[in-house]
Amino acid sequence: MTEPVGGRLSDARLVAPDKPDLLLTTEHNLCPGCGEPLAIRILLEAIAELGQVTNTVGVAGIGCYTAFSASLDVDLVQALHGRAPSVATGVKRMLPDRLVFTLQGDGDMVNEGLQEVLHTAARGERVTCILLNNGVFGETGGHMTAATVLGQRTKNTLEGRNSEYHGFPIRVADLIAQLDGAVYVARGSVHAAGAVARTKKMILRAFESQLAGAGFSLVEILTMCPTGWFIPTVEGPEYLDGTLGQVHTMGELKGRAER
Amino acid sequence: MTELMEGSEAMASAAISAGCRFFAGYPMTPFTELLEHFAKRLPPAGGVCVNAESELEAVGMAWGALATGARAATGSTGQGLSLMQESFSEITLAELPLVIFNMARGQGDYFQSTRGGGHGDYRHVVLAPIDLAEAVELVQLAFHLADVWRNPVLIHGDYLLAHLAESVSVEPIDFGPPPAKGWAVDGELGGTGLSRLVSPLGLGKHRTGGSDGGGSDGPGIEAHLQAVAAKLERITMAEARCETRYCDDASVVIAAFGVPAKFVRYVVEQLRAEGQSVGFVRPITLWPFPTEAVAAACAGARTVAVFEINAGQMIDDVRLAVLGQAPVVGIGGISTDHSGFGVGALLDVELIRSRIEAVLSAAEVPA
Repeated sequence: MTEPVGGRLSDARLVAPDKPDLLLTTEHNLCPGCGEPLAIRILLEAIAELGQVTNTVGVAGIGCYTAFSASLDVDLVQALHGRAPSVATGVKRMLPDRLVFTLQGDGDMVNEGLQEVLHTAARGERVTCILLNNGVFGETGGHMTAATVLGQRTKNTLEGRNSEYHGFPIRVADLIAQLDGAVYVARGSVHAAGAVARTKKMILRAFESQLAGAGFSLVEILTMCPTGWFIPTVEGPEYLDGTLGQVHTMGELKGRAER
Repeated sequence: MTELMEGSEAMASAAISAGCRFFAGYPMTPFTELLEHFAKRLPPAGGVCVNAESELEAVGMAWGALATGARAATGSTGQGLSLMQESFSEITLAELPLVIFNMARGQGDYFQSTRGGGHGDYRHVVLAPIDLAEAVELVQLAFHLADVWRNPVLIHGDYLLAHLAESVSVEPIDFGPPPAKGWAVDGELGGTGLSRLVSPLGLGKHRTGGSDGGGSDGPGIEAHLQAVAAKLERITMAEARCETRYCDDASVVIAAFGVPAKFVRYVVEQLRAEGQSVGFVRPITLWPFPTEAVAAACAGARTVAVFEINAGQMIDDVRLAVLGQAPVVGIGGISTDHSGFGVGALLDVELIRSRIEAVLSAAEVPA
């Protein structure tokens, strides 16, 4: 019998002695093994390390991570599904000196809001979009997104995503890297300690490029979703590396050489 | 200073005069010139006009600008506004003071403006100017009301309002200091525990040991939705505006709105001068509908007639106001030019006169 999923915080193992300073509470309703809290942790650490705590406005999309829009201790605007890059554009145009980021999932950015992120990148808006990509609609309970990899089982691709029937996944970071307005594009992951450290550096570089006024930046972060992948919690990191990680390959896609 | 000015230019100028500093839009006839004038006039005023890649993105950008406390607007014609409805619903629930311009094709967007095509319990204040002079006032009023109520306000215009040039003076109206916007995000309260959240869910931030014991400092979604609904009820009581003429002793009352009402009012004045027992009532706010004023205007009427350039939309609200006290008939209809954007044959003083005379005759009103 596999362990229950969607459990309470008390079921989780404490992996760090403290919480990030920019978190108002450690209470959340995300599942054990979820990668999103890890990604949000390094996002908050990056804001603090760059001295931007009182200079930051975030824009949250709609997904499991939306639970954090009310507990991050930074000013936040809650946007509609897919629309965060446009909302961030309005914020940045009125507050050009602020660090402005979006927090979106793959369903939010790659499905519902693909044109929004592409146009925002092409415009070279000085904002940073953070994509939490787990290849699945986690909040609805595990359904196929435009980033779901071939062979991946979801609730509406029960035999696995089949290119003949369901089409191919979109590698959105690769797409955005081709746009002139995008100056820094990278894809990281939180499936292993080293990957977390590298991904945090990516966020720092993206924010630095924004603060330098260089243009649009995107950091895609692959996150575990054992609930939506229908696998035991402990197998999440390995599954990520072997499936999503093989299609959405990690690394800096644009902007590294200029540093 | 009075100048001969196209409607779109006058409205953009009035908006900037009212403090609008952000506009985003997507071209669509007959709204396009409004976007052109914002694009030209906002940057010198220290503002920003973004040529959005779609209506969905235009309204999203306005949403972001509003969240910072700026006065911001977007717009389109009815078809483009259809695309924005999801955001209109949620911006209302987020209590953001958006101003929306609808330069409509005909008057077929009455339902869209007053009922909305979006989801949930939301309403916009809808102002329908009869001409450019009134538009210059109502555009400024729109930004004021939006801030006071923290609710979207829509300017309902049309091809004529957007394109006709009239002699007009854009004088700033002093509504007093705008309300403080302590809810707006500026990034400066990060890390203090007092950082803000602008959300249609109305949630305060979650904190360990929050006031509801469950980690939340917000009122909860149900309470938030109830609070917005209660506010909309207060707007209904406070903001209805209406023009009435000759209704005290009128046997037939004609209701109309927007620029076509100017044609109707002219005909009614002609008929009055000829001794006909006809009155005129014009909702200036389409929402809240001036139900009491329309009911009072029609209290002595044998027949109420509604002239609108659509298949019959405002007539529903007139019937709800009159509540069966008199028959309410439609004397307008669908009418457009060959392009579908502009003015059709129905907007003609002689034609409107003949339709009103037919109502007078059917009501057996002695001349």
